[in-house]
Amino acid sequence: MRASCWHGKHDMRIDDVPEPSIMNRRDAIVRVTATAICGSDLHLYDGFIPTMKKGDILGHEFMGEVVEVGPDVPNLRAGDRVVVPFPIACGNCRACEVQEFSLCENSNPNAWMAAKLLGHSPAGIFGYSHMMGGFAGGQAEYVRVPFADIGPLKVPPGMPDEQALFLSDVFPTGYMAAEMCDITPGDTVAVWGCGPVGQFAIASAAMLGAARIIAIDRVPERLAMAANRAGATDTINYETQDVMDTLKELTGGIGPDACIDAVGMEAHTPGIMYAYDRFKQALMLETDRPIALRQAIMACRNGGTVSVIGVYGGFIDKFPIGSFMNRSLTMRTGQCHVQRYMKPLLQRIENGDIDPSFIITHRMSLDEAPQAYDLFKNKQDDCVKVVLTP
Amino acid sequence: MQGSYDGAAFDEGGAMPEVMRRPRFPTTAGHEESRTLGATSPERLAHRLGWFSISLGLAEVLAPRLLSRLLVGSDRYANLIRLYGARELASALMIFAQGARPTAAMWSRVAGDAVDIATLVAAGASPRTNRGGVAIAAASVLGVTALDVYCARQLSREPRAEPGIRMTRSVVVNRPPHDLYAFWREFENFPRFMFHVQSVRRTGPGITHWVVNGPAGATVEWDARITSDIPNEVIAWQSLDGSQVDNRGVVRFEPRPGGRGTIVRVDLLYQPPAGRAGKLVAMLFNESPEQQIYDDLHRFKQVVETGEVMRSDGSPDGMGDVLQQPAQPLPRRRTIASDTPKSSHEESSGGTR
Repeated sequence: MRASCWHGKHDMRIDDVPEPSIMNRRDAIVRVTATAICGSDLHLYDGFIPTMKKGDILGHEFMGEVVEVGPDVPNLRAGDRVVVPFPIACGNCRACEVQEFSLCENSNPNAWMAAKLLGHSPAGIFGYSHMMGGFAGGQAEYVRVPFADIGPLKVPPGMPDEQALFLSDVFPTGYMAAEMCDITPGDTVAVWGCGPVGQFAIASAAMLGAARIIAIDRVPERLAMAANRAGATDTINYETQDVMDTLKELTGGIGPDACIDAVGMEAHTPGIMYAYDRFKQALMLETDRPIALRQAIMACRNGGTVSVIGVYGGFIDKFPIGSFMNRSLTMRTGQCHVQRYMKPLLQRIENGDIDPSFIITHRMSLDEAPQAYDLFKNKQDDCVKVVLTP
Repeated sequence: MQGSYDGAAFDEGGAMPEVMRRPRFPTTAGHEESRTLGATSPERLAHRLGWFSISLGLAEVLAPRLLSRLLVGSDRYANLIRLYGARELASALMIFAQGARPTAAMWSRVAGDAVDIATLVAAGASPRTNRGGVAIAAASVLGVTALDVYCARQLSREPRAEPGIRMTRSVVVNRPPHDLYAFWREFENFPRFMFHVQSVRRTGPGITHWVVNGPAGATVEWDARITSDIPNEVIAWQSLDGSQVDNRGVVRFEPRPGGRGTIVRVDLLYQPPAGRAGKLVAMLFNESPEQQIYDDLHRFKQVVETGEVMRSDGSPDGMGDVLQQPAQPLPRRRTIASDTPKSSHEESSGGTR
């Protein structure tokens, strides 16, 4: 079968690889009908995530048709249409019991690798490095889905792929970012990053009752999408406006009640700060550039919440702990516990509260994945989200 | 050092956490000497002599003229002293390069001492030398030689064949203690999560026969008996006298408060004998005993909580190998019939697409 394989930094290729098969009794094999490139795939593409191996199939946002199930998957049958959550979760461990699915204690066979870098291991993730389990991803014609009795959600007949696909990651992820802000009606929420997760964080903040939502990015088209489609009330282009000043001005000086970092480890900023972090990153003195995170902390109102949903991989420098501590801030974070949100968010889609397909800017074939990565990485052609079909 | 022990620590508590101290294992006969490793152990002495050689060697290499003048009143032996300094440094390097037990390096030091003594005797016989200086040098060399000979002989004499391997680890499993006790009490279950164990078979009341995989297809076998068995709390076992590999293990099941599962604490101890079997076992665990027990317990948790060992394309056998397969499907279809890695390469007759 054809699959989108990582061969090194900025080197994706379409390879012919063997088809997957059942390896565990609770596996299913899914024929992929739609898959997407996630912003976090770009961290792999840019070579910032360790423990990658040449030939790794990427992709953790995918859906399709079940073609085979293991003996212990009573809930699915061949022919079912499913969307698959990106964290792999067993449903039996303590973390799964308390619905922290992205912290599943059993789904990562390479847990020791992640534990070395992170202290403890989170769940396994499709197509996301070997320290996250070494699972083949979904940017392929077929994919093996472990714990298929727990993760995959059946898609109602009649719902197009493009509406259901983002339940695999970016919609629940953006929703969790907003949920972590404990929004009460009337709140002001600022969102750094207007990629797909930022767009869904904005839309979710609106659904959860935020009165004012301020979107921060540098790409005019993304800011326009945030304002026109996702529901942002204000936008800040950080290349032309001072973020801190503008946020203070918009909030009467006190800052937003909650700040969402939907940027993560590869942030940009004009001026000296970016050069500083880029330099330290190049010298391996830090792995991540926490520019958005620093701003989010400094900007947040006293006693407010910083919600970190953008992906970080390792270590950062110049964390403003003084601001964070003295002003009673709360930070909440995590890879999304997708399984927790899929059903309620599917209901939102069915209710017509939201049509997640609004973020799609490009539809390409799986064979064009290498070009799609390049396009998305360089934000060419106003690219926000690429959907690939095998 | 983690993963090694001196035989006595296990019985006496040593650095073990409080919870691991009981039940006590009976002392293993034949390893009492290692308990006396203290300030005067030959290993430690060898390393001290190594440091002595470094300082003396450096002095000889850097200031040979000064030393020559001090000893014999002229520069005559400066070049020779520099050469001897180089030899001192080389022997120090050998000591540190040989690691914990530098037996060969110590004997080479003794040989070097003999050369030193011969030189000094020759120098003393020469009418042109300062006999007082030579006598002082000879006295120091003889003193060091005595230490070298003592140390080398001690190192050669002690039969500490291979260091023992101790593996201690705990894991939290989301099940009550009695479930886990019952699973563990069936020793036949061990190969499902301890991948170096090929089989455990009951051969008599409280007696089990173990077959453990070694490198290159070799196996090591022994019989073990249960030494402690408190339902839902603890199981301990120990190899019978005369086993190829002297080993013991204990597992404790400690309920977490609030019904939050059980802490399973495992302490395994392998005391390989001298000789081939010992080398095999040492090789088996050499990589990282801590890693081995971490993986074993992680798989134990997977088997008990989810029903089987978790596999991925990078770790198709659930081994978490350092050498990962690329994350893409393997060319051959795999069976799901067994948790043990050896059968996982068999063809499966699963459905077609």
